[in-house]
Amino acid sequence: RKIIFEKQWFYLDNAIGHIYGTTFEVTSGGNLQPKQEVEETTTETKEAGTDNRNIVDDGKSQKLTHDDIKALKDKGIKGQEIVQQLIENSTTFRDKTEFAQDKYIKKKKKKYEAVITIVKPSTRILSTMYYAREPGKINHLRYDTLAQMLTLGNIHAGNKMIVMETCAGLVLGAVMERMGGYGSIIQMYPGGGPVRAATSCFGFPKAFFDNLHEFPLSKVHSLLSGTFATETLPTDPEDNALVEEESNGLTEEKQASLQETEEEPSTEAAMEINPTEEQETMDINAEDVEFKENKENKENVREKQIKQWERRKKLIEAAALLREKNADGLIVASKFHPTPLLLSLLEFVAPSRPFVVYCQYKEPLLECYTKLRERGGVINLKLSETWLRNYQVLPDRSHPKLTMSGGGGYLLSGITVVLDKGKSDSSNPEELKMEEPSSKRCKLQDLPC
Amino acid sequence: MSFVEYGDTIKDGDTAIVFLGHESMFPVKVQHGTVTQTKYGVIRHSTDLIGKKYGSKVTCSKGGWVFILHPTPELWTMNLPHRTQILYSTDISIITMMLELKPGSIVCESGTGSGSLSHALIRTVAPTGHLYTVEFHQQRAEKAREEFREHGVEHLVTVTNQDVCKNGFGVSNIADAVFLDIPSPWEAIGHAKSALKAEGGRICSFSPCIEQVQRTCLAMEEYGFTEINTLEILLRVYNVRTISLQIPDLGKAAEDNSSAGFDSSNPSHQGSPCANLQQGTVQFKSGVPLREVVGHTGYLTFATKS
Repeated sequence: RKIIFEKQWFYLDNAIGHIYGTTFEVTSGGNLQPKQEVEETTTETKEAGTDNRNIVDDGKSQKLTHDDIKALKDKGIKGQEIVQQLIENSTTFRDKTEFAQDKYIKKKKKKYEAVITIVKPSTRILSTMYYAREPGKINHLRYDTLAQMLTLGNIHAGNKMIVMETCAGLVLGAVMERMGGYGSIIQMYPGGGPVRAATSCFGFPKAFFDNLHEFPLSKVHSLLSGTFATETLPTDPEDNALVEEESNGLTEEKQASLQETEEEPSTEAAMEINPTEEQETMDINAEDVEFKENKENKENVREKQIKQWERRKKLIEAAALLREKNADGLIVASKFHPTPLLLSLLEFVAPSRPFVVYCQYKEPLLECYTKLRERGGVINLKLSETWLRNYQVLPDRSHPKLTMSGGGGYLLSGITVVLDKGKSDSSNPEELKMEEPSSKRCKLQDLPC
Repeated sequence: MSFVEYGDTIKDGDTAIVFLGHESMFPVKVQHGTVTQTKYGVIRHSTDLIGKKYGSKVTCSKGGWVFILHPTPELWTMNLPHRTQILYSTDISIITMMLELKPGSIVCESGTGSGSLSHALIRTVAPTGHLYTVEFHQQRAEKAREEFREHGVEHLVTVTNQDVCKNGFGVSNIADAVFLDIPSPWEAIGHAKSALKAEGGRICSFSPCIEQVQRTCLAMEEYGFTEINTLEILLRVYNVRTISLQIPDLGKAAEDNSSAGFDSSNPSHQGSPCANLQQGTVQFKSGVPLREVVGHTGYLTFATKS
């Protein structure tokens, strides 16, 4: 299978059998495996200037013309040698400072030495990739913000989590990775089915999907009010339309993986990161794709019925799990307004459990904060944001690289507590009043706790 | 209760968090016959705590009440007894993700310190992973062991009392990740490399000073680590407040004044219900940064062994 990545195309066949983290050089068509560490061949021309007072930008310092370079490339000469040629033909190179020479070489290497590294998928890799490549698909959720969510939500093996996300399944995948197949996840989805394009990039074993459930967001109200009945599902006009739309009884996994294969070439073509830095390519399970395509071809009524029945069974299971109202946490990261989601979905969460809501904007979370205070049953509410700064660390050249702020989104987190049912109406003002004097009293009495 | 598994009810011997309101809380060890004093009065463990649900409201003797919370590594971090400077949840979260930790991971850590990060690591790698943590201070190592026992996680952690720079982690070729929070991490990079699995793994070093980072990066490069990346993460917390700003009196007639007030509130808060005009003021909700925030904890340097 042909893959396009960074204006290069190649086949992955040669990469099989190598360990993750192996670096490859691209030749015309296939993959070649060079050494891990290319020994520093550039016999350092130890001549270097001290400053740039005599360097003039006349545009003539490079003696090789554009056509010369193209000719070298067409001859299939190694990138390393082209770089060497460029250095030799640069009249100003010797006058540059040592640091400038270093920078020049690095820049040229990036351009001419096309190397790719194949790495194992993980939340780290995928969330960094999605944020750089397609931030719109994940609501601009920056990777450090995702990391906060996983920690604040106390995600760990054995949990029963509720996840509501419209981040292409990235948040779901991150939660699944942290739970390692132990416990259960109920994914609440809008529309016809959950999107799991990013989830399938993780390459989770099949067992991880055994305890992954999904439940339509549009049924939450009826489930809470007790009018939810699965028997009515197929005759539900809205749902019927959706089933037809999706051509084939809708197995969400299939849908997601198809979406992924469709997306992949375009995604990778759009990748705009220099080829010398670490790069991520998802390994695609070719068999898997074939298998699913085959299955799709067998379009018969019986299969459709079975799928519908299976789907209903899964739905009943998910509904039963939710009805217990003892989930160990709630994670929300969607394009929707967070307040109604939270007010409803928190009903399914047990007391003394954390919840985290992500929003790209601060204002909806301000409102959500106020509404949650009115509702009660939550404590330790915290509105936060993280800033992330990357550094260049080189001898005598250390400084911050770039500041990322604002774009990473905001989080509202808290802990559920037992809701005072007896005076649920009157508890609101009391709770607010309680909060204020407590801190004042603290100062007055100053008891050692 | 356990730090790695949720329980519904409070039992004898549990560590629970007493929440007094507004960021004020403390941990208690639940024991029959014991009492805990709070500013709202006494909590009697036998009657007030044991058998109750986590997340319940408990009424104290003076009529005030508190919430009793299930312990989590994050709550523990906010309430643990400090024996050293500790890592907070913001740094911990990025460390956990960048080290690619998950259930089953084997992690090496040094130093153990107050065990703030240790609890979070154990939570993440449980139930099949393991933490090997090295602390050269004997009393601190002992205290950490005791805490892990109390918190029901001792089977997931091994505390070794030795100097990591001289003697390493006491294990080799088994770790998926290594974390260093010591004054001279560059002296432990070699040991870190041998602790990591032969097929590779991730490393992270936490240092407050850039000079430490420089030496660490050089050492990492020397030992063949790749993907070396240094970053810093800062937490910004916002207080949610209703703010009211007065409308200045520009000497206009009363009707003009009121309409001007609506105008000034509208563009910034389109149709916001809280923007009502009262005696010449405009109200709105705002997320106000705290007056003083943490400006720097430390630089985090990550790298890959492959």
